[in-house]
Amino acid sequence: MARISGIDLPKNKKGLIGLTYIFGIGTSSSAAILDKAGIDPDMKVSAWTDEHVHKITKIIQDDYKVEGMLRSEVQLNIKRLMDIGCYRGIRHRRGLPVRGQNTQTNARTRKGKRKTVANKKKVTK
Amino acid sequence: MARSIKKGPYVFHKLLKKVSVNKQANKKTVIKTWSRASMIIPDMVGETIAVHNGKTFIPVYVTENMVGHKLGEFSPTRTFRGHSGNRKDEGK
Repeated sequence: MARISGIDLPKNKKGLIGLTYIFGIGTSSSAAILDKAGIDPDMKVSAWTDEHVHKITKIIQDDYKVEGMLRSEVQLNIKRLMDIGCYRGIRHRRGLPVRGQNTQTNARTRKGKRKTVANKKKVTK
Repeated sequence: MARSIKKGPYVFHKLLKKVSVNKQANKKTVIKTWSRASMIIPDMVGETIAVHNGKTFIPVYVTENMVGHKLGEFSPTRTFRGHSGNRKDEGK
């Protein structure tokens, strides 16, 4: 059982994919970590020895910001935008897309489930 | 694409002059500007700059956190007061 930065890694995945279960590590940083630790990226997580796990943990701790720390950093950045009252901050506050996307239609990821307006006039033909 | 570092941040030259005059005289007059594209530089911290939004000037008190943003980001150009019948959003 490999446990790195408070996350249980999936046993029966390859190391390259397994590491991406940690928030803040994608495939490219995963590859970089395994390369630095000198571990074959195709090796299954279950096949890692304690020494391997130790090496990886150390690299992540030294060079990467992951999980809680990263999440709080992201939240702080958003909070800063909201506090200074700039356009991006306002969009965050209102729960609308921040990067200039269309909102007449779509944008459902930011706006959430459709809120149907009652008593809306139907088009009569 | 980001602006070349060689050129430095873009600030409208007349605005820059007004800011430095204000700084030297230690005055706190509101500087009116149409230059929304100007970057906020550390010299502007503490000044109040009235940024045009196409219709009126919105006074912006510059704080340290704002450095690196553009002036226009603090002067919204659109007003959305909510849809009719959407009571919850009104008054915001």
